[in-house]
Amino acid sequence: MWNKLSAITLLTITACATSAMAQETIKIGVSEPLTGSVAASGTYVSNGARIAADQINSKGGILGKKIELIIEDNKSNPREAVNTAEKLILRDKVTVMMGAWGSTFTLATMPKLMEYGVPMVVETASSTKITTAGNPWVFRISPTSKMEAQAFAEKLALFSPAIKKVDFLSVNNDWGLGAATEFKAMFAAKGIEIGRMETMAPDATDLSAQLAVLKQSGSDTLIVTSGVEQLTLSIRQAAEQRLPQRLITSGGSFPDPLIATPGPKGYMSSHLLFFAPWAVERAKYPDVAKTFVDAWTARKYEFSGLTEGFRGYDGMMTIIEAIKIAGKTDSESIRAALWKVNLRGVNGDIAFAKEGPAGKESGQNAPNVYVVQLKDGAITVR
Amino acid sequence: MTRLAAANARGCWHKGTDLDQFLQHLVNGLVLGATYALLGIGLTLIFGIMRVVNFAHGELYTLGAYMAFAVVSLLDLNFFYAVVIAAFVGFGFGAIIEYVLLRRRDLGSIDEVMLIMIGLMIIMQNAELLIWGGAAKVVPSPFSQTPLVWGEISVSPIRMFVFATAVVLLLIFYFMIDRSRLGMAMRATFQDRDAAKIVGVNVSRVYTLTFALGSGMAAVAGALLAPIFVVTPSMGDLSSLKAFAIVILGGLGNIGGAAIGGFVLALIEEFGAGYVSTAYRDALGFLVILLVMLVRPQGLFSKKERVG
Repeated sequence: MWNKLSAITLLTITACATSAMAQETIKIGVSEPLTGSVAASGTYVSNGARIAADQINSKGGILGKKIELIIEDNKSNPREAVNTAEKLILRDKVTVMMGAWGSTFTLATMPKLMEYGVPMVVETASSTKITTAGNPWVFRISPTSKMEAQAFAEKLALFSPAIKKVDFLSVNNDWGLGAATEFKAMFAAKGIEIGRMETMAPDATDLSAQLAVLKQSGSDTLIVTSGVEQLTLSIRQAAEQRLPQRLITSGGSFPDPLIATPGPKGYMSSHLLFFAPWAVERAKYPDVAKTFVDAWTARKYEFSGLTEGFRGYDGMMTIIEAIKIAGKTDSESIRAALWKVNLRGVNGDIAFAKEGPAGKESGQNAPNVYVVQLKDGAITVR
Repeated sequence: MTRLAAANARGCWHKGTDLDQFLQHLVNGLVLGATYALLGIGLTLIFGIMRVVNFAHGELYTLGAYMAFAVVSLLDLNFFYAVVIAAFVGFGFGAIIEYVLLRRRDLGSIDEVMLIMIGLMIIMQNAELLIWGGAAKVVPSPFSQTPLVWGEISVSPIRMFVFATAVVLLLIFYFMIDRSRLGMAMRATFQDRDAAKIVGVNVSRVYTLTFALGSGMAAVAGALLAPIFVVTPSMGDLSSLKAFAIVILGGLGNIGGAAIGGFVLALIEEFGAGYVSTAYRDALGFLVILLVMLVRPQGLFSKKERVG
């Protein structure tokens, strides 16, 4: 009898304690690809978000409560991205989200944000559709391909001899084709001739046919848009085939494996990045960038993840700042507060401008772009 | 500064001719064909001869690539040791898979075997992700990074090495299957298990050996190709698909057919991308396979079989 009573008492106490602890936290949902084709990137972004939450929690949290991240795996699959959003909103009752890595997963998730009225900070996605579709629950901190192209236009003087004719090698999806279109428009406006446009399937590893075609184009520059794996492959295989073009990559990924295993001696490539962890002093706010890089290093995360992980950190800090401004945790208050965010991030200032149809605008941040050059495994930030 | 570096910096290789481009495509196609043929050999044994729809073939290829990475980059050993170690690990792994998962199954039940192999593929791919992480790994080439050059045509030394190795392995496996006692025992076992038993073939051993050899070859292909491509947990997906296409194109169980199927697929992809459209590179390869299947459903090099 006593045993039964003790067990019931214990269960009741535990239940109360759990409930009390649950009330003590502010839940933030995160949907990232932790398995599947872009698992590495999703893991880096999630790690960045964890660092942000832990830093705030170590200072006592916000509104007197600790932050609790609920990170769900969208499995690099748009259907799963929708499922994670529903799970986070309906079962975990989160009132704000971060996600979902990439335009495809984000676009799939967006109708659910409208349906349930939950704001989402988009940390990685380049498609213009995301902020022009008339979804007022979307706030993007990463740049569109158009913004990246325009930022690159300001850096054209860094290249000598000057760019006169340019080819494209893009991953065959919305991101790659969209980036090529925006860069073409920018180059055309600058009076630079457009050469060939070639594509590669997202899972292609042998790019020799594309490169053999590009070799004969007579252009002096090749813009490659894809993820880390294909950037690494394209640079190595371009060197193998002695492509005469100067190779520039767009999209914010960096072929980190080429630092330890460089291509032929003297071969140089340039990369458009949104954060250059090799030169934190070049960041707009070096103290913020250094704090993030130090925390990342202390946790022994892979250095190569920093160029993507910072987006998780900046995205989570943006959400936390909005909750602080709102002073409340309901979705509508957080959405209203996101418009007022003015934060010193790892990439630079984070503040949202209105984009899309009047009355249903989405938020779009204007991030900084860095040009990083890689030669013989050594990095120069331009 | 090397010639390459100087040209890269100035952007001024002189423009090549159409013939140069054609020859570069031909060289690329032959070298790619060798890599496809390598993928095809192992699957010819397992799918072509044994008739096991081995969806995990790509994962054994990935296992070989990660072995190369572990041996070269982590243990700091020679790349050639890595290929040999990968062969043994792949062989052992294959033997275990056959013994544990397939030995007591009826290989005639395609759906049961297929489900087992799909399950194994998912488990292996996620285990790779768990152990190695999702970030791409690069295995340094044991040869110079500077390409071999003939006029305007160039190819990397590692690709030439893979080409030569693939040719040697194809010859070894061709003679083993077609001429050796072991090859005869294998063919006999999978044509008629009971008849093979009656004439004294140890069929259990032949099953294990065939699966292990096929798996070992997949691992060798992964290790050999690791310095050319990058190593990721999902690298086996595409290679599995290509390997099945090559084996079906060449004709089931035909080593020569798998080799030629590999070269045919690579040349179609290479010239299709070069002269038709890079966007339809893979589609062109599979379109030709569909056409071949319409005309010769048994594949390019296999004889028609009676099914009774």
